[in-house]
Amino acid sequence: MGEVEKMKKEAEGLKTEIEAARKAVHDTDMAAAAAGLAPAPRVQLKTRRTLKGHLAKIYAMHWCTDNKLMVSASQDGKLIIWDSHSGNKINAIPLKSSWVMTSAYAPSGNLVASGGLDNMCTVYNLKTPVVKIIKELDAHTGYLSCARFLNDADILTASGDTTCALWDIETGKQKTVFLNHIGDCMCLALSTDMNTFVSGACDSLAKLWDIRDGQCKQTFQGHTSDINAISFFPTGNAFITGSDDCTCKMYDIRSDQEVIGYQDAQLNSGVTSLALSMSGRLIFAGYDDFNCNIWDSLKGEKIGVLSGHDNRVSCTGVPSDGMCVCTGSWDSFLKIWN
Amino acid sequence: MTSNSNVSSMRRTVEQLRLEASVERVKVSQAAADLQQYCLQNASKDALLVGLPAGSNPFREPRSCAVL
Repeated sequence: MGEVEKMKKEAEGLKTEIEAARKAVHDTDMAAAAAGLAPAPRVQLKTRRTLKGHLAKIYAMHWCTDNKLMVSASQDGKLIIWDSHSGNKINAIPLKSSWVMTSAYAPSGNLVASGGLDNMCTVYNLKTPVVKIIKELDAHTGYLSCARFLNDADILTASGDTTCALWDIETGKQKTVFLNHIGDCMCLALSTDMNTFVSGACDSLAKLWDIRDGQCKQTFQGHTSDINAISFFPTGNAFITGSDDCTCKMYDIRSDQEVIGYQDAQLNSGVTSLALSMSGRLIFAGYDDFNCNIWDSLKGEKIGVLSGHDNRVSCTGVPSDGMCVCTGSWDSFLKIWN
Repeated sequence: MTSNSNVSSMRRTVEQLRLEASVERVKVSQAAADLQQYCLQNASKDALLVGLPAGSNPFREPRSCAVL
């Protein structure tokens, strides 16, 4: 038998072994385990702010760790920094390329980043008298779909070139390239201890990566189309994904498998974005059908909806104090709900 | 496609699968119990789940009473 044939056989054997090991620990599923729990209350949230200012579709938003400021990115070619309490615009940063797909706020509040079809991640300093570009991170060979700061020196990116990368902002170079997806990487989420991150891609897989050694540690299957959104559960032991297959799923890292799905026969729009409430009980998922559905993460039931946008909900975010949820839309508005 | 690149590509695939197969897995019942426990312990602090009194909601103007 040729060497390639032998390895193909070994690969098949390993896949079977993994499936069997997952089955062996699948002694229940989340919905069954949560049967005895009191249902979450019917959640009815009101729009508290409608942030008007962008002139075209909003593609991304991200909260600052101060729970007050947030950044939004629109294909009108601007990043806007908002004070969510007053509704005022603090900054409007013109983008060199208007085809923006992601924006991120550094935990320090000093920097923001953006990127998109220009294949670059541009990092801006908010603390100079006039907002300045401090670096253009240029090495991806595909669009930038997501960026997240670890700190003012390091940033993680996900790209349509199927890789994720960790960059040194000061040198502008990639420190680590994370290779394993076979489809465009669409989203990433950083663990709170910053040792790992999870990514979702158009190969319908989610992967867990070790930031220090650059390796893919676990691969999670189940979705049948592009994964557009991903977010860690607050404990860091599980994460939620949202996909073009119209479902969200929760994967547990320690069980190495999907533990519950969030779907409804009447929902046939793709999931674009998602965010969790601070206890992890509520999932806010934005869909192509202009709504944001609220799911009980433990029981898998839909318990509310945020209706109010006149076009696709493209981004969702809950600040770290859990006081509200923000939705951003192709209708050019951001709404704050609680 | 050279046979060398086929071999090294398959080798990487096998190595990756070996790594992923070696993970120690926790029973789903245990994982579910831990997730539930976290949700329940933090439920009372979750403003979106239990609501906020109007006075402590930074997005709601407090109502002021004018004493005439």
